[in-house]
Amino acid sequence: MFALPLFWPCLTLALLVMLNAVVNPAFLAIAWRDGHLYGNLIDILNRAAPLALVAAGMTLVIAARGLDISVGAVVAIAAATGALCVSSTGSLGLAIASALGAALLCGLWNGLLVVAVGMQPIIATLILMVAGRGIAQLITNGQIITIYYAPYDFIGNGFLLGLPFAAVLAVAVIVLLHALLTATPLGLFIRAIGINPLAARIAGVRARPITLCLYGFCGLMAGLAGLIISSNVKSADANNAGTLLELDAILAVTLGGTALTGGRFSLAGTAIGALIIQTLTSTIYSLGVPPEVNLVFKAALIFVVMLLQSAEFRASMRALAMRPADPEKGIPPA
Amino acid sequence: MLLQARGIVHAYAGKRALDGVDFTLRAGEVHALMGQNGAGKSTLIKVLTGAAPLQTGRISLAGQSIRPASTQDAQQLGISTVYQEVNLCGNLSVAENIFAGRQPLRRWTRGGGIDWRTLNERAKTLLADLDVEVDVKRELGSCSVAIQQMVAIARAIDISARVLILDEPTSSLDSDEVEQLFSAIRRLRDSGMAILFVTHFLDQVYAVSDRITVLRNGQLVGEYPAKELDHAALVAAMVGRTTAHATTTSSNKPATSDTWNQTPVVQTRDVARRGSVAAVNLEIRPGEILGLAGLLGSGRTEVARLLFGLDRADAGEMRVNDHTVSFGDPAQAIAHHLAFCPEERKTEGVVEDLSIRENIVLTLQARMGLWRKLGRAECLEITDTLARQLDIRAANLDIPIGQLSGGNQQKCLIARALATRPRLLILDEPTRGIDVAGKQEIMNQLVQLASQGMALLFISAEVEELLRVSTRIVVMRDRRQAGSLPGDCSEDEVYALIAAPAHAAPDANKAGAA
Repeated sequence: MFALPLFWPCLTLALLVMLNAVVNPAFLAIAWRDGHLYGNLIDILNRAAPLALVAAGMTLVIAARGLDISVGAVVAIAAATGALCVSSTGSLGLAIASALGAALLCGLWNGLLVVAVGMQPIIATLILMVAGRGIAQLITNGQIITIYYAPYDFIGNGFLLGLPFAAVLAVAVIVLLHALLTATPLGLFIRAIGINPLAARIAGVRARPITLCLYGFCGLMAGLAGLIISSNVKSADANNAGTLLELDAILAVTLGGTALTGGRFSLAGTAIGALIIQTLTSTIYSLGVPPEVNLVFKAALIFVVMLLQSAEFRASMRALAMRPADPEKGIPPA
Repeated sequence: MLLQARGIVHAYAGKRALDGVDFTLRAGEVHALMGQNGAGKSTLIKVLTGAAPLQTGRISLAGQSIRPASTQDAQQLGISTVYQEVNLCGNLSVAENIFAGRQPLRRWTRGGGIDWRTLNERAKTLLADLDVEVDVKRELGSCSVAIQQMVAIARAIDISARVLILDEPTSSLDSDEVEQLFSAIRRLRDSGMAILFVTHFLDQVYAVSDRITVLRNGQLVGEYPAKELDHAALVAAMVGRTTAHATTTSSNKPATSDTWNQTPVVQTRDVARRGSVAAVNLEIRPGEILGLAGLLGSGRTEVARLLFGLDRADAGEMRVNDHTVSFGDPAQAIAHHLAFCPEERKTEGVVEDLSIRENIVLTLQARMGLWRKLGRAECLEITDTLARQLDIRAANLDIPIGQLSGGNQQKCLIARALATRPRLLILDEPTRGIDVAGKQEIMNQLVQLASQGMALLFISAEVEELLRVSTRIVVMRDRRQAGSLPGDCSEDEVYALIAAPAHAAPDANKAGAA
């Protein structure tokens, strides 16, 4: 059971939830109110949705030996585009299409820099990470656009079948993505590219177009997250929408057991990773940690979580625990 | 009796890779460890060098019982290893690689830090002792594989100088470099070092070894003085049957006469690429095995890369199955029913963490495109059939391919190519690093494939091997086509063409069109 790939992420999540439940006994309570489910857990699901979407896109990029640190900026661009569009035209469909379109273009731009220009992924996406906020400010003309259009509100605050719409959307996207990866050979190709890009290319895998599409998809996911975030706070803030989201996304991917070196990936793990991060944030609030030590506390918790997830750390702990009992076997079996 | 191992048993997942093997290495001798793929050579070396834990048995070094827990541990005891694939850092200089982790330091009174002058000078001396001339400040990755190999050896003997283990050090060297390596080995032996040497080249065993230990299926067959064990007896000991004489008569070759009037699968007219290879003119017909000979760096591999679209030709015309083509990506070549087994198995061939099955169907699946997935049953059938046909030996086909021995990985790559049912199969050094019996199996496979109507381009540094199966031989020299010879020519004729200085053989150059 300990060897199951999702065991440790699940255990971490369970421990965090338990910690919350101990501090705040009402944490686990779920009620039916105003025609939908209500409670801390539901809230976590809702707030984790944008991160889960971005992290899902990031998972595939990382699996193919890439990295996209521009997703936070793309969130801002998509939010700005969507908000501008909905406030000027009043058309929800147009707003969604333009936001997603802009985000897709951003992702493809990243992909082109990596695939066609041959830049290192971290540098290629750094360009948009820096420029993206500027672009978003240009779109919003330096203002925070407030959205007064009620249907737009549904994306980030609405409920479907009693569950937050954003969470339903995230689950649906991840399930569809998983189906796509298993029903087509795409998953195999991504792993092959991630493990050995040269060998994959010689074996006939069209590594370049696939990689380009993965960056495009990652951008698209950031766009979706941007829509949810701007709808949730009813405004588009070019400076603050999705700040540091790229790092949270990378963290979620890592927590889920995807190797940052490429090849091995788990979408389900990433989803759990996103839940862990959101639960962590809730924990900080429910423990009443003062805002000035908030980040230090979060870092400390992440440190503990990463130790728990590290196979090397667990092995050395085990060796430490076993040594006194069995002095003959100084070396733990490989 | 410097290094002695008694009753070594080593099992992977319950399967015994070594079953009670004894091994003795004396100071001042070169000892060859021989055996087929999977005989247990690598495992024995791993146990001796601490890369694998000692499960059962005893190892003693100079009379003292040892139990190396890691390769570093073994190195401190005096056992150093140079592996088949050079494990050095290509981005560091030659000298840095030799002293990585052991850099001489300046005294703190002089500012501390690495003493570059001493480091470079010691590296120069060490390499000079091995008769290697190279700028020690040069980036290692830009040096030839031979130099890298020598650097690895220099590092190993500088760390500890009692036992040196060389795991297939010659598999990527050409004959001059092999001779250079051997003179270094002899010098080290004469200085009293014990050297364990693993290779698949029989001639090399006799050129340098004093003693030979043969393993088969994880068991010791015997230890022999090299002088008393002739070629045939050695092969017999390795293979376990006396009939496995490493010969194939030319009657095994595919017949040329009935293929001669067929349309060539591939036809090139002055195909060239600047900085790579000049004016290649080849024609390969169905049922034909075209051998491509030449020294390391003669342009053999470059021809394969051009044909397969790994490099794009910038001049000439190429026709595949009567269509004019210009490949810029291997996927295009694969769509035109070409298949390729690359020379660099580890970096260009296998995708290590994927299973054997996934590796075998990868190219087929890539050709089918993104929207059609090979069914589970179909995948099982294809991989099972090919594994049986090529005799791929693995516990099961769902383990990562990285766990297989080199020879079995090579077979998987051939299986990957065959799964696409290619019309032309390009094999770049398919027998490199594979034992005699394995080579023979692969050669037999090639002949059989040709007899079924496949066209093959067979690239090899071993002329004898080329002559055994090829219907025609094209010789490359200095990145151009030096000439072609019929399949029944002699080895000397091929060598003459390989070695002739470019300006001295205008006739051969004119005969370039093959």
